[in-house]
Amino acid sequence: MDMLPAAHSHDRRRFLALTAAVSAAPLLTACGAGFKDGGKQGDGSAADDVTGSFDWKRAEGKTVKALLNKHPYTDALLADLKSFTEKTGIKVEYDVFPEDNYFDKLTVDLSSGRASYDVFMLGAYMVWQYGPPGWLEDLGPWMRNSSATGADWDQADFFPNLLQADQWSLKAGAPLGQGGQYALPWGWETNVVAYNTEVFAKLGLKPAETFDELRELAGTIKRKAPGAGFDGMYGVAVRGSRSWATIHPGFMTMYARNGLKDFTVEDGKVKPAMNAPEAVAFTRDWAEMVKKGGPPSWTSYTWYQCSSDLGAKKAGMLFDADTAAYFQAVKGASPASGKIAFHPGPKGPGGSLATNMWIWSLGMNARSRKKTAAWLFLQWATGKEHLLKGAVQHHHIDPVRKSVSEDAAYKNKMKAIPGFIETFETVVDRTTIQFTPQEQFFDATTSWAAALQEIYGGKNAKSVLNGLAGDLASKVG
Amino acid sequence: MSSLRETGHGAASREEGKRAARRVSRRRRSLRPYLLIVPALLLTGGILYPFGLGLYYTVFDFAASTPQPDVVGLENYRRIFGQSAFWESARVTVLYAVGAAAVETVLGVGVALLLFRSTRVGRVLEKILILPLMIAPVIAAIMWKLMLQPSVGVINHLLEPFGLGGVQWTDTPAGALLTSIAVDAWVYTPFVAILALAGLRSLPTSPFEAAAVDGAGWWFTFRRLTLPMLWPYVLVAVIFRFMDSLKVFDIIYALTEGGPGDSTVVLQIRAYLEAIRFQRYSFGISYTIVLWAVVYLAAMVLVRYLGRIQTRAAEVRR
Repeated sequence: MDMLPAAHSHDRRRFLALTAAVSAAPLLTACGAGFKDGGKQGDGSAADDVTGSFDWKRAEGKTVKALLNKHPYTDALLADLKSFTEKTGIKVEYDVFPEDNYFDKLTVDLSSGRASYDVFMLGAYMVWQYGPPGWLEDLGPWMRNSSATGADWDQADFFPNLLQADQWSLKAGAPLGQGGQYALPWGWETNVVAYNTEVFAKLGLKPAETFDELRELAGTIKRKAPGAGFDGMYGVAVRGSRSWATIHPGFMTMYARNGLKDFTVEDGKVKPAMNAPEAVAFTRDWAEMVKKGGPPSWTSYTWYQCSSDLGAKKAGMLFDADTAAYFQAVKGASPASGKIAFHPGPKGPGGSLATNMWIWSLGMNARSRKKTAAWLFLQWATGKEHLLKGAVQHHHIDPVRKSVSEDAAYKNKMKAIPGFIETFETVVDRTTIQFTPQEQFFDATTSWAAALQEIYGGKNAKSVLNGLAGDLASKVG
Repeated sequence: MSSLRETGHGAASREEGKRAARRVSRRRRSLRPYLLIVPALLLTGGILYPFGLGLYYTVFDFAASTPQPDVVGLENYRRIFGQSAFWESARVTVLYAVGAAAVETVLGVGVALLLFRSTRVGRVLEKILILPLMIAPVIAAIMWKLMLQPSVGVINHLLEPFGLGGVQWTDTPAGALLTSIAVDAWVYTPFVAILALAGLRSLPTSPFEAAAVDGAGWWFTFRRLTLPMLWPYVLVAVIFRFMDSLKVFDIIYALTEGGPGDSTVVLQIRAYLEAIRFQRYSFGISYTIVLWAVVYLAAMVLVRYLGRIQTRAAEVRR
């Protein structure tokens, strides 16, 4: 227990300190991050122990425990799990949690230091939180070891921006695409505009090409749609709850298309930039757009409400993850299915289509005692065979692999959704993580969402964002 | 002779045996109190151990980002008390607790008075009354969140004929706080009502009969007899509700997540965000220790007040 004072002058004090330390030990151990090495492994990777020729049956008889989020991608994975067990002889036990609780469950589990789950779903942003304490296995050595990784896994087949999004050097402000590979892209989402073709046709509207047009369009739909037979319809569904998840889809996409930054990095120091004059103006405009054309009770809106409003014909447009619209657009899924089309969304000045991404990735617990079996699972789940099956037979859309996105069966299936493939192909290369990687991401974006709500509520944008930047400067810098 | 001697020896040994049995019995009796307090000691240990550990953690800067934490003394507390966010959260917490306890007390006592006359309808209503208490508060909050949804929620639909259909219940700071208090009241008013009703039924009848003979009106009787005698029962409910409301998390978090802005971020939500979401463990625990101190002090004051009220109520009964 290296936190104990080195010397003690009084025996009673020494006794009390020792008692406190001894009593603290079990919980410190349970907290995993501990007061020791933060759970980091030694320099050598367990991947180095895998030698000989590649063999899917290498870990036959083992059981891998997975923690999964309730999602159509997960449904596709579970539907195909039998083929993994047949291929490898490895059993998979899993727990599925709804998204509201999923990340709390994962965070608490990883920080406990126990290896209760060998593999789990996570977003690329979570790498910034889970990576530095040493909770995530660096998958780079596994990928580079031909004894551990089959030739047909084909790393080059992944869209490079997706693979890079899960790579980080663990240094705040350092760009992605360098350092360890802390997760593998498995399914992703790009943030675009989906719209109700019926209301657009009836009101003679066309998708917005600029942010000004989008704001105008949202207001027009809210004013005119109810009178045109779309009872209770408003303009644009965007998230608004007091959560980090409010910032990353439509808001961050449009923010980035306007050339704006969340933080700047100067001499290795991360500085908040959301109070720059252009950022203040944009944020004010966004809040104004929500007020004039957004959903009622916006401050409680998560992607569930946004998505279901589009499906229920309550929203004329949705600026969010393409999957959120897709799940409403498929035949028979909602009253609006068959009447939802996709568009890349407004361009920024200079025609920018910079788009923020969300990647459902798969990661491995650094404390797992079954790393070889866990790696075989990750390899299979991100492999061509399973992902193609998931995309064609299930709803595992937005392929992370080029081969799947180019597959005729996949294209044929997605053709039924107007504009989906065109939109996907337009933004795929421009979709990257637009945030600055840093450990305080969740605090920063939750506070940012709260600031957005305050501006929506009528507070002065400049003073609210100055306050936010001042608060974050001491935490992030 | 020999048999006599033997008999005498046998009697002595029986006597000795009885004395030994009495000694064992005495020893057992003297041990009994210690054995009886073992469960209490274990329980106390089970409470004090994590509490002490939590307190111990607050002197470190333990967080996910600092796997090798330093001792920082009282720095976490200094930071908390130096934050305007803390004072804002404290203000909201107190507003919520006072508001919820006040609303629930008034409504609870009112409902108890209505149900006191035990008609058949009253007895049925009593049973219905406890239904909200059987629902987990977080479920109640989610249910109300759906019902209060401005465009599809049933509440606005019901209010529409009165021209009040477009209310955005949780979109403004005041609206979010009031709505949270209202949901809290929906869940917990029955608790106050049940305690008040039990109190009403235990009141002596003679003072009321005397008042009736003297021709005292309902309001006079309520103010001078019912309320003073009932108050100790109500105060027990108030203490419970006030303490619970100071620690509220589930209802507010499910309804507003602490928004809009930071307007409903009570101390418990801030502690959760710091410790779990943002993984600043020591800082988050420090928040809960501060909250514990506030609740403890408030409980001490209220319990002392309860003692005085009980004495006064006993005098009214006499």
